[in-house]
Amino acid sequence: MTKDEIKSAIIKEILEIAPDIEESEIENDKNIQRSLEIDSFDFLKILTAMNAQVGIEVPEADYSQVDTVEHMVEYFLKRLE
Amino acid sequence: MKEKWIEKNITDFVVEPNLLDYSHEYERFDWKDVASAFDGLPSGGLNIAHEAIDRHANGTLAEKVALLWLCEDGHQKKYTFSQMKKESAKFANILSSLGLVKGERVFTLSTRLPELYIAAIGILKNLNVLCPLFSQFGPQPILQRMQRGDAKVLLTTKKLFEKKITPILNELPELLYVLLIDVEEDESTQVLSLPRLMQSASDTFEIPHTQPEDMSILHFTSGTTGMPKGVVHVHKAVYTHWMSGKYALDLHPNDVYWCTADPGWVTGTSYGIITPWIHGVTNIVDEAEFDAARWYKILQDEKVSIWYTAPTAIRRLMRINSQPTKEYDLSHLRLIQSVGEPLNPEAVIWGKEKLKLPIHDNWWQTETGGIMISNLISQTIRPGSMGRPLPGIKAGILRVNDDGSVTEITEANKEGDLALKVGWPSMFRAYLHAQEKYDKSFIGEWYISGDLAYKDEDGYFWFVGRADDIIKTSGHMVGPFEVESTLMEHPAVAEAGVIGKPDEMIGQLVKAFISLKTGFEPSEELKRELIGFGRKKLGTAVAPKEIEFQENLPKTRSGKIMRRLLKAREMGLPEGDTSTLED
Repeated sequence: MTKDEIKSAIIKEILEIAPDIEESEIENDKNIQRSLEIDSFDFLKILTAMNAQVGIEVPEADYSQVDTVEHMVEYFLKRLE
Repeated sequence: MKEKWIEKNITDFVVEPNLLDYSHEYERFDWKDVASAFDGLPSGGLNIAHEAIDRHANGTLAEKVALLWLCEDGHQKKYTFSQMKKESAKFANILSSLGLVKGERVFTLSTRLPELYIAAIGILKNLNVLCPLFSQFGPQPILQRMQRGDAKVLLTTKKLFEKKITPILNELPELLYVLLIDVEEDESTQVLSLPRLMQSASDTFEIPHTQPEDMSILHFTSGTTGMPKGVVHVHKAVYTHWMSGKYALDLHPNDVYWCTADPGWVTGTSYGIITPWIHGVTNIVDEAEFDAARWYKILQDEKVSIWYTAPTAIRRLMRINSQPTKEYDLSHLRLIQSVGEPLNPEAVIWGKEKLKLPIHDNWWQTETGGIMISNLISQTIRPGSMGRPLPGIKAGILRVNDDGSVTEITEANKEGDLALKVGWPSMFRAYLHAQEKYDKSFIGEWYISGDLAYKDEDGYFWFVGRADDIIKTSGHMVGPFEVESTLMEHPAVAEAGVIGKPDEMIGQLVKAFISLKTGFEPSEELKRELIGFGRKKLGTAVAPKEIEFQENLPKTRSGKIMRRLLKAREMGLPEGDTSTLED
């Protein structure tokens, strides 16, 4: 997967879990949970869905490394290489 | 199960616990003696704000840090008791200059910012009533609460105002002012800049005479059949805050205390604001949401000694396969308490193994105003039990008789209604504008909690379940009626039945069963639309996480949706008595 593909996959999953959000509201460098009011339960669902797509599980201890869209992209990209 | 009990050894304690002999302390305790813990107002009476902040600011603790605020980005802000006194005085002066009088309600809708804590104290100083809202509520729950609570002023942020208040503003004609924490200039004659007002406000304020029975805080709690109820508390509740701070939280002057609860809920006000300050203890507030590494680092860097947290967070920490005490220096930590929902025995034991401290569960409710039943630092823990009643609290298990009267069950291990003998100082004084509902919460001299429990032969209480349909999700109460009513507003929805579906992480998740109106077909797309609709109207904290379409929902002959049956079917349990089910 390319960087752009990962990013659109993440955005797609966010919109799937929180259909009330407009794509334009998602800012790359903002904390996903806080800026979009996604609680930890839904955040886990996003990560589970991403795991199904990219085959990478994010352990709880690494959650601070996937707090923004940008960081999440980097996280997956690094592990896909 | 005795082999799982966690015994305490007095020689293990670095600081001598405030309570060593439970029976002795329980027997000798008298609420009258608590009065001497307070200074009282110079103008007479008892006011929480004075006891929490001003009296310390006027004495030897003036330069001690009262609030240590940790910003999400890593920087921090400190407020001494003296600064808190001045800042909260400014806020009180603002309310006074806006014409607010005693008893009028000031709502707060904010993430955990210092201004929220300053405002809370300022509101109490001006004898207004603090009405906290959870920032993850959507416009509907906010509207319901502000209308029922007769909101006069709202403190919030620009973002929350635009997203959640603008859509409902014209339905709040009684609302006089909105104060925005993060704008420099007024937006209109109604929407004002807090920083601008603070700049010109005087930092001295004399708290007017306050009766112990004057209203202090109004929290909202979910009902099973109706909309949320406003739970009225009074300044005298501070007696319970002091008592529970002493015994359950074992607060000592040199403690550094961190309560992870949000002030949108009662734990976040009683124990995230008032109790540590009543005891003159430094109170940590973290702006950010749960993050395991960040939390361990806070415990380490800030040398937290008393930590009050919740089962959802503990269960997330348990998911990490690590040795926290090897990776972090948690040596200052000496007590962990947990509340929100019953803590499973594995979590209590996990604490002992991984954090080198067992986790102490306790029990109370919005209505009780403070901790009522608790495991204690010096006492044996029976994992899975909520502990024993605190000094001054008489708890019992009751059986409701056919004639409506109650009998206390004295036999051990027998299930019944968990009830409290009336008269503890922080007992709620009313459901606002709902006297009948309030009266119904009491039978004789007992407050009936709505929780089912039993008491073992040694007086430890054990939670069994809820007597009603209230959902407990991530430690927060959600009323199914409120969710159903909102879902029914969607053009496709004919009927909705909402239940709590058991979930390992968050206790229960909100699940809605929906039958559709003619002309609408079940589809994944419609499901998504309804999830989005719920989130937009109700907010993340209340909206359903799961939706299932059913052609017909089970109803009684009188047309009431049988949530109990929906839940039993969801869980694959026996359906129980279905004699009232319609044909």
